[in-house]
Parts: sequence; C-alpha cells; structure tokens
Amino acid sequence: MDFHTVPTSWYLILSALLFSLGVIGFLIKRSLITVFMSIELMLNAVNLSFVTFAHEWHAVKGQIFVFFVMMVAAAEAAVGLAIIIAIFRARATLNVDQIDLMKL
Amino acid sequence: MHLVLFLIFAGFCLAGAVNLLLQTHPINSALSLIVVMSSLAVLYLLLGAEFLAIAQIIVYAGAVMVLFTFVVMLLNVGEEERTHGSYAAKIVGFPAIFTVFAVITTVVLEARHRLGGVKLSDGITKTEDLSKVLFRDMLLPFELTSVLILVAILGAVALARKEGHS
Repeated sequence: MDFHTVPTSWYLILSALLFSLGVIGFLIKRSLITVFMSIELMLNAVNLSFVTFAHEWHAVKGQIFVFFVMMVAAAEAAVGLAIIIAIFRARATLNVDQIDLMKL
Repeated sequence: MHLVLFLIFAGFCLAGAVNLLLQTHPINSALSLIVVMSSLAVLYLLLGAEFLAIAQIIVYAGAVMVLFTFVVMLLNVGEEERTHGSYAAKIVGFPAIFTVFAVITTVVLEARHRLGGVKLSDGITKTEDLSKVLFRDMLLPFELTSVLILVAILGAVALARKEGHS
C-alpha cells in the first residue's frame, strides 16, 4: 500500500457520503435552522467534488466555480436566515411541521 | 503521510456530519457543521487549492456559521421536538437517496482505474493563476455576483426588519 497517494475516487466517495448525509438531515430534522444547515452541508459536499475534479484534470476553472458557489451560498445564507427570523416573528415556532402555509 | 492526513480529516468530516444529524439542540448541530467545514478546508489544501482552503475557513467556517449561531442565540431556539416526520420522506426519500448514493459510488468505483491519485507533491494552484482566470475570462460573472450580493444584503435587511418601523 502506497502511503503517499490517495485515489481520487476516495475523495469522490467522501463527497457522495457527505451529500447523502445532508439529504438525510434535510429529511429527518424538524428544526428549520437545522434543515438549513443540512442544505449548507450538501453545498459543501458538491464543492469537494468540484475541487477533486479540478485537481484531477488540472483545470483552474473548477476552482473558480467553487468560488462562485461560496459567494452564492453566503448570499443565500443571509437571505435564508432573514426569512427564518421573519417566520419566527409571525409564528413563534421553528418546527417545520407547524410551518406548512405559504401565508404568514 | 497523505493517506494518514486524508483518513484523519475525512473521519472528522463524517463524524461531524453524523453528529449534526444526531444532536437535538441547533447550537450543537452548528458547532458540528463548523468541524465539517474546517476539515473540508484541510482536504482542499491536500488537493492543492490553497486559496479555496482559506476562503472556506473565512467565508464558511467564519462568516456563515457566525450568522447561524447568531440566529440560533437571537431566537433562543430550544431542543427540537421529535415528531414522526412525513411518510412521503420515509417511503420515497430514503430509498431515493440510497439509490443516488449507490449509483454515484458504483460509477466512481467503475471509473477508479481511469482516475488518478492525489499526492502531496502534486503542487498547488497558485492564487495568481486563479486570479488571472477570474479577472480575464470570468470578469462578467464576477461582477454579476457583486450585484447578487448587494441584492441579498438589501433583501436580508428588508426581510428581518421589524414591521411598523419604516
């Protein structure tokens, strides 16, 4: 076993595992904030596979794409958390089972 | 050496992600997510993406997670209630995500001989090369993202503002 080389496929499988854990969190968590955190986990998993492929094919544009994903994720986090605050003001709860109407 | 580093930080990543699912208090989930993001930054360094590793720590583990913990503390969120959840999630969701994971793993394992390996001696992508591509070929998307962030800031302020204090 070569201790200096890690197969690229291991990174990709790690990314798939993290993505699946994110989706499972999205499905089983009942707190709106934790559901949102699961979405961030999925974004991070996809970023890992972007960086892995950028390394595999020596493509700088893969890393640029991760940079854009990070910026969009930061904007999305700001808006999403503002929406969570607005929902909490209107409903006084963050349980997703009780937030099932589009109307505030 | 690389294998050991990969195993340690991939282990941290998975442990943090599983802990995020198991914890019932949102602040504990947020702290586990910080562990996941910081270990991902180390994995980016192993893959030679130095700029992204630092950006990951500053933007994700720093800014985004500070925002999350602020909101958790501001709203004083308690333990989440355990409910049954939706049946659609149980019947469709879990088999679907298991299938997606199985398909991705099969495809990657099939192609593993065509994919190479990652070595520490592969060298790093210099920030200089990254900025050349970003500011020459990708200038328009970059400028558009700044507009997007401006819109997001205005939207966040408008949404989180108290009603009646115009």
